[in-house]
Amino acid sequence: MRIIFFIIRKEFRQIFRNKAMLPIIFILPMIQLLILSNAATYEIQNINIVVIDGDNTITSHRLISKLEGSPYFNLQEVVNNRQNGLIRLDKGQTDMVLEIPMHFEKNTTNRIPVKLQLSADAIDGIKAGLGSGYIQSIISEFGNAMILVSGQTRTIGGVRISYSNWYNESLDYKTFMVPGILVLLVTMIGSFLSGMNIVREKEIGTIEQLNVTPIRKHQFIIGKLFPFIVIAVFELSFGLALARIIFHTPFIGSFWLIMAFSLVYMLVVLGIGLLISTITDTQQQAMFISWFFMVIFILMSGLFTPIENMPLWAQKITLFNPVRYFIEVMRMVMLKGAGFQEIKYHFLIVAGYGVGILSLATWRYRKTT
Amino acid sequence: MSEAVIQVENLTKKFDDFYAVNNISFEVGRGEVFGFLGANGAGKTTAMKMLCGLLAPTSGKAMVAGFNVFGQQNEIKKNIGYMSQRFSLYEDLTVIENITFYGGIYGLTNVEIKERANRLIEMHGLGEVKNHLLVSLPLGWKQKLAFSVALIHRPRIVFLDEPTGGVDPITRRQFWESIYEAAHSGITLFVTTHYMDEAEYCDRISMMVDGEIKGLGTPAQLKHLHRAKNMDEVFVNLARKKEFIE
Repeated sequence: MRIIFFIIRKEFRQIFRNKAMLPIIFILPMIQLLILSNAATYEIQNINIVVIDGDNTITSHRLISKLEGSPYFNLQEVVNNRQNGLIRLDKGQTDMVLEIPMHFEKNTTNRIPVKLQLSADAIDGIKAGLGSGYIQSIISEFGNAMILVSGQTRTIGGVRISYSNWYNESLDYKTFMVPGILVLLVTMIGSFLSGMNIVREKEIGTIEQLNVTPIRKHQFIIGKLFPFIVIAVFELSFGLALARIIFHTPFIGSFWLIMAFSLVYMLVVLGIGLLISTITDTQQQAMFISWFFMVIFILMSGLFTPIENMPLWAQKITLFNPVRYFIEVMRMVMLKGAGFQEIKYHFLIVAGYGVGILSLATWRYRKTT
Repeated sequence: MSEAVIQVENLTKKFDDFYAVNNISFEVGRGEVFGFLGANGAGKTTAMKMLCGLLAPTSGKAMVAGFNVFGQQNEIKKNIGYMSQRFSLYEDLTVIENITFYGGIYGLTNVEIKERANRLIEMHGLGEVKNHLLVSLPLGWKQKLAFSVALIHRPRIVFLDEPTGGVDPITRRQFWESIYEAAHSGITLFVTTHYMDEAEYCDRISMMVDGEIKGLGTPAQLKHLHRAKNMDEVFVNLARKKEFIE
């Protein structure tokens, strides 16, 4: 125990003495949280749109002003010639072209169905899809309003779908992204710093002096990893506080449950860092391998692309991704208020993963070569 | 020779099909200053690392401080001190922090650490720099500190791998005085060097050429055997013999 204490004290001294590392550990992640949370959004605003007004009546003008007032669209121009409109799309000067046909007003007042044509530049599929969705909702709202204005009673029956978004009522993407981004931050801190730290000792040769002492493997490993668990957990709490204050991210579940899970999760992350450090000799190699895994872990974590959208084989790969489990737990606990019962399998899997990877790393770590 | 604290018999280390250390045998007695000489790449460091438990031998037998290098490496490590060829203490810690850290790693109590640290600092004249970060110290001072750290747990044997490489003559002399002082207190010193004048300071020396021990004895014996005026000539003589064979 005493020996572990000496190592931990030495590590903390070195970390806090390193003027370059402190900002990397404490400030950069916070900047990342602020930038990513605002930037990584599926919400699209300011879609450029050109309207071809083939009707040019009060009704068509009203619809156009609806579009103009929407925060999602940036109405660039209203043209009255079909060709003039579509050429803008071809030249890449606009994202969408909406065509209001002739007799729009006449037909709507006579309750004859009208067709509006929307052409979208679908190179960015997400933008095109979302844009069409927004247009549809604006038009159908417009249609309903018209019916009320004209004082007619609605005779069309049928089913109307009413939406209610549970757990994230206003569909705020920050609510959805922030918990996940926090996970990425502690993951990066954990795996990079721990791996790099040990490889650095190899690189500058200080590990040799340690290897010639009777220190036990487990003492070395616990002493090395403990400081990073403390830093990561501190960082997570700090990030959660920031999320609450700046983004008003809801936190329905238990804070301590998240903390408990993050401790178990750190075992996996630090284990990966440690394992990488045992198979590399330079920080450069360790950095490269860490990046390789990190990119896969991040892109396949369900943060940016829903796991359900992935092909089946890719979904199976995500089962080996620790980041995926923590992001799920974060969202479940923070947004839905899940308790231990709901996340016990996550606990079990991640704990098993941690024990496995740490054993592997400990076994790989050699004092005698 | 008094009781042997290092006994080596046919020790060999093979990397792929290259014999870095080829079938070497020797003994070192308690309190001896044993010089381990040889050209660069002759296998000195490899042999030393095997004796320290840093490197697993391919074959042969070796007992260090009464423990076997096969399987009892941790016992050996409790009884030896080691000073690497490459400076390997923490540059971002102070002198006193480095000593305290290693004292702690060797399981000393706080009182022991404090007492011994003070004594070593005094002995090596490190008092004025004890709160300086190592990165700010010249090499000579760092070497003294590395030697202090190697002694902190009162080992029976201290291995010094080219301890005076790159330091000035005055510091070298002071260093050898500390080596003698340690030897007087009963510690065995196993020193590699390629300074032939330093070889003269040793009680006994071994001369390694291409992984084999080609000469073993006191400096006087070796000089007599090779009809040489000084160790330089002995070294050249042994190294040249190899050229003749080739």
